[in-house]
Amino acid sequence: MSQAAAKRQKRGVPEGLWQKCPGCQETIYSKTAEERLNVCPLCDHHFYVSARERIVQVLDVGTFEEWDADLKPADPLEFSDKRPYVEKLKSEQKRTGLNDAALTGTGMIRARRVALGVTDSAFFMGSMGSVVGERLTRLVERATEQDLPLIIVSGSGGGARMHEGILSLMQMAKVSAALARYGEAGGLFVSVLTNPTMGGVAASFASLGDVVFAEPRALIGFAGPRTIKATIKIELPKGFQTSEFLLEHGYIDRIVSRDKLKSEIARTIDYCGK
Amino acid sequence: MDAPGPGFEFEQPIYDLHCRLRELDEQSEKTTEVEDEVRGLRREIADLTKQVYSDLSPWQTVQVARHKSRPHTVDYLSLAFDEFVELHGDKHFGDDQAIRTGFAKLDQFKVMIVGHEKGRTYKEKSACYFGCSHPEGYRKAMGKMRMAAKYGLPIICLIDTPGAYPGIGAEERGQAQVIAENMYAMSRLKTLIICVVIGEGGSGGALGIGVGDRVAVLQHAYYSVISPEGCAGIIWKSHEYASKAAEALRFTSDHLKKLGVVDDIIAEPLGGAHRDHHQMASRVKMYLIKTLNELSTIPVDDLLQQRYDKFRRMGVFLESGESAAEATV
Repeated sequence: MSQAAAKRQKRGVPEGLWQKCPGCQETIYSKTAEERLNVCPLCDHHFYVSARERIVQVLDVGTFEEWDADLKPADPLEFSDKRPYVEKLKSEQKRTGLNDAALTGTGMIRARRVALGVTDSAFFMGSMGSVVGERLTRLVERATEQDLPLIIVSGSGGGARMHEGILSLMQMAKVSAALARYGEAGGLFVSVLTNPTMGGVAASFASLGDVVFAEPRALIGFAGPRTIKATIKIELPKGFQTSEFLLEHGYIDRIVSRDKLKSEIARTIDYCGK
Repeated sequence: MDAPGPGFEFEQPIYDLHCRLRELDEQSEKTTEVEDEVRGLRREIADLTKQVYSDLSPWQTVQVARHKSRPHTVDYLSLAFDEFVELHGDKHFGDDQAIRTGFAKLDQFKVMIVGHEKGRTYKEKSACYFGCSHPEGYRKAMGKMRMAAKYGLPIICLIDTPGAYPGIGAEERGQAQVIAENMYAMSRLKTLIICVVIGEGGSGGALGIGVGDRVAVLQHAYYSVISPEGCAGIIWKSHEYASKAAEALRFTSDHLKKLGVVDDIIAEPLGGAHRDHHQMASRVKMYLIKTLNELSTIPVDDLLQQRYDKFRRMGVFLESGESAAEATV
């Protein structure tokens, strides 16, 4: 996918009757895409979905109960570049209706209770700062205590959030350590990777699923394609760092299209007897 | 104290004094005046070095942490440890030169060493990609650490990397996966782990061998979520703003301690670790011995609980009605 397409997608599906698909460049009827869970009816390109929408798509109707909604980001570094971090946070909160990049809670998937976390790539590129790290850690800890299957749907172009500096990096260790305890206790973790899942998010919880699913043609990797290109100074191969590339190299279990996600998760839970 | 080489702008005045001192030292006939000047110069050099190094800016700290003469893992291995028996390879793909692993002896302790190595000569540097590890490096590290846990050897991780290598092969072989797996496994390893950031703590590449019971940082080392150049590139679209980014990221040792990310700061000799490898190595050695003695009395289950709690506490956020002021560190 081109950089421009990725950029356009982050803003979400443009409002209006018609929209241009970033995958096939065709003009499509928005309503048809919506009915197909924000997937292009012509080329099967998976558009961005917000965390709230994702929860609706994955859980049984009306079963979601949000956890730790009262956590809010702080500004421990008093980070300021062109605009102070606190101001940027405010405008991201206003724009997305979220107070940080992850929503967590519990709900039912085809009548099976699960612990569910979703990161939203629209909020600071879905990057992980202290709130995302804390919410996910508490989610994993509760899943451990209550012996619930754990589902985390990742979408993050940002990885660890720069504006909270080293504390963001440490969230990777914090969540991973909680997952290690969950794993020891016999928990089942299904990690779902969506476009994009990069950097510190890819290099922590997103890669630690017992089962790892990815949506088709998502960008997934450690280093950003631009960084790699600048380092090795050669063109990157076609399809590099896509879901299909990762499947081929053995890092994900299944590519699952959006309309099948709920049933695939339910089936995995059944197989694992959870 | 070794003379600094030319290079850093902020060290130039010290370097100039050293040049003058050398000139005087080379004079065959030393009059009383010359000897007086030499004495004066030495005092001046010490004072100036102290002055410059007591007030390094974050960007200057990065330059010191990357100094070409800064002691690396191999230097600590030869100066602080009594023996090093290198163990190679990840038994899977290769033997990454950017992470060196093996048995070592330290005082009465037998330990497992895992350390980033940046190389000194051009040949060494290119063999280890300037200290940027590939997935096989992290797999090698994990393999040796698992073995250490099996035989009850304490693990010492020396962190010094600009970051994990960004390349095609690295992605193909699961760079994200191995870093995640290392943190996951290190958090539960049943042996004590001490991590010391000796130079650059470059993001995930550092954290991939950075989960331990104690994390220490050398005074002029840094540990960051992103390189100052990377941060500048994202915000200001130019690497030239690296010094501004270095300021904003709060990654110097004092900040790391304040933020609760590192437990201890190991002081460097006057003028930085690169001035005196022996003294730096002996300070690191003393720290490690003291910490090994302290941690080896703790039962392993308690150790794991404390390790978990230590990382569990990291992060700053607001909770139900707290004001921003309460959350700042």
